[in-house]
Amino acid sequence: MAVTLADRRTDDPPTSAAGSARRRGGRRQRLRRSRLLLLMMAPGVLYFLVFHYVALLGNVIVFQDYLPFAGIANSPWVGLDNFRTLFADPDFWQAAVNTVSLATLQLIFYFPVPVVLALLLHSLTRGWVRKAVQSIVYLPHFISWVIVVALFQQLLGAAGVLNGLFADNGYHLVNVFSEPSLFKPLMIAELIWKDCGWGTIIVLAALHNVDDQLYEASAIDGAGWGRRLWHVTLPSLRPVLVLLLILRLGDILSVGFDQVLLQRDGFSPGVAEVLDTYTYYHGVVNGSWGPAALAGIFKGLVGLVLIVVANKVAHRLGEEGVYR
Amino acid sequence: MTRPVWMEPPRPSTKAAKAVAVTITVALVIIPFWVVVATSLSPDLQVIRNGGWSIWPEQVTLDAYRRLFGSGVISHAVLVSAVVTIVGTAVSLTATVLMAYALARPNVFGGKPIMLGVLLTFLFPPAIIPSFLVVSNLDLRNHYAALIAPVLISSFNLVIMRGYFQGLPAQLSESARIDGAGDGRVLWHVVLPLSKAIIAVVGFYYAVGYWNSFFNAMLYLDDQSTWPLQPMLRQIVMLGANPDTSIAAGAGASVAPQTTTMATVVVAVLPILAVYPLVQRFFTKGVLTGAIKG
Repeated sequence: MAVTLADRRTDDPPTSAAGSARRRGGRRQRLRRSRLLLLMMAPGVLYFLVFHYVALLGNVIVFQDYLPFAGIANSPWVGLDNFRTLFADPDFWQAAVNTVSLATLQLIFYFPVPVVLALLLHSLTRGWVRKAVQSIVYLPHFISWVIVVALFQQLLGAAGVLNGLFADNGYHLVNVFSEPSLFKPLMIAELIWKDCGWGTIIVLAALHNVDDQLYEASAIDGAGWGRRLWHVTLPSLRPVLVLLLILRLGDILSVGFDQVLLQRDGFSPGVAEVLDTYTYYHGVVNGSWGPAALAGIFKGLVGLVLIVVANKVAHRLGEEGVYR
Repeated sequence: MTRPVWMEPPRPSTKAAKAVAVTITVALVIIPFWVVVATSLSPDLQVIRNGGWSIWPEQVTLDAYRRLFGSGVISHAVLVSAVVTIVGTAVSLTATVLMAYALARPNVFGGKPIMLGVLLTFLFPPAIIPSFLVVSNLDLRNHYAALIAPVLISSFNLVIMRGYFQGLPAQLSESARIDGAGDGRVLWHVVLPLSKAIIAVVGFYYAVGYWNSFFNAMLYLDDQSTWPLQPMLRQIVMLGANPDTSIAAGAGASVAPQTTTMATVVVAVLPILAVYPLVQRFFTKGVLTGAIKG
């Protein structure tokens, strides 16, 4: 998703003298000429204003002892009390640590999988086999987290298939869904099952765009399969991989909110609480609105800093990055 | 794609390794679905004897499905999900197409700042509590509109659709304009017929999003009996609630039988499996127009 801020004017009307003269004619004229287009945009603009920009104003409750029945207007202002409460809460720091460690593990263990899978798919020479496999591996991306977690529970939970097999052969029962040390591996396994197939789409397109002459030339020079991979394929993938990495970083502190929320109850919150679930349970559920909203802002800011820094680093390394 | 001449013919061992890797990958995706469907169609006794699952029904029975829909709770949840998905997708798609078309036109008044405002939402995704406060203040809580309004337009879908519209050959809309067509006609008669692929893909993204979402219902709908299917599924599968209390009373257990649980999963997946093959061929086109070209 390389988003360029510059408008590409492929749809420009032919530049006749009259046309450009009219376009130069003041804001009011442009406004009138755009009436219909503005009407078309109106619902969307209203949506973005209300649910993205006005919503940001709701964050003022971090300075309030917010009371839902009183509303923002009538809740008492408490200065920086919420900051003190939040930063003194060991649960918050635990959630922050869990978020960062889960995010890091996801990055290390999930990120390479779609690339490897894409290389495998790309190497399939029979077209119909590749298409069939692609259709199958894309599918889990569209299955809801509720169902993905349900499937994993049925296979790995206390009464699941795996434990049935273990018990039949005289092994101990393991409940993967409450064993704290297995929480993170479980999260990553589920993520890989759900999204690694879909993740191959962009990588496959990049592989498709590699100039075949590069392969041919290197093969003639005697480069084998491994050397072609290292010296042709991977360098060609670099821009796309950097792009994917930055996008992933921006979203990384969300660490799959739906996914964690669904499984948090089986584990102790100490293990399975992340910043988003902390915000939800402390704020919406337990009514500690101010500190919870602050935790939400904290998460958003760290995510923002990560994406900006990653983009800077990408530029230093001579890559396009996500934006300029 | 055939093997190019410069590539060495693969060794038998390489071929075998590849075949194994591909088979395992495909099996890992398919087997869970297979087990769920087979269990939902098996008689209760076989499933209990087998420890909660089956890979082949000794005798195909629809008992689980009859129980599921007999209780009325799940039928209602399916209905709610279907209506929210259909209405939500229609509204979201319309709003997205209109806004993307307007933003794709050059020189529209306010186009640049609005586009910037949309792009910035990638950097500041809406957080839970601010969204909750907006929905509360608009009095949308406990109203099905709360499942649609807060997610009306996805910035990502808007950006890929705008990119697609900008990539259409300008001559076509220009000639329509010279013939006197306004923006409404150009959109309806020229742009939309050329954009079936992107509309199918974006529509599918929205539909899947609405069908699969469970958290907004938990957040905004206080009364569980009004919930759509996915949060209900969470109650049944993860929290062991029984959709049919009469069974609980009869069997002396409050936990739903495994076959019913599996049948619920099948019902929740089926619509996606049904639509998926129809839009699947457009994916590469849809994802890549927005992703690579920007």
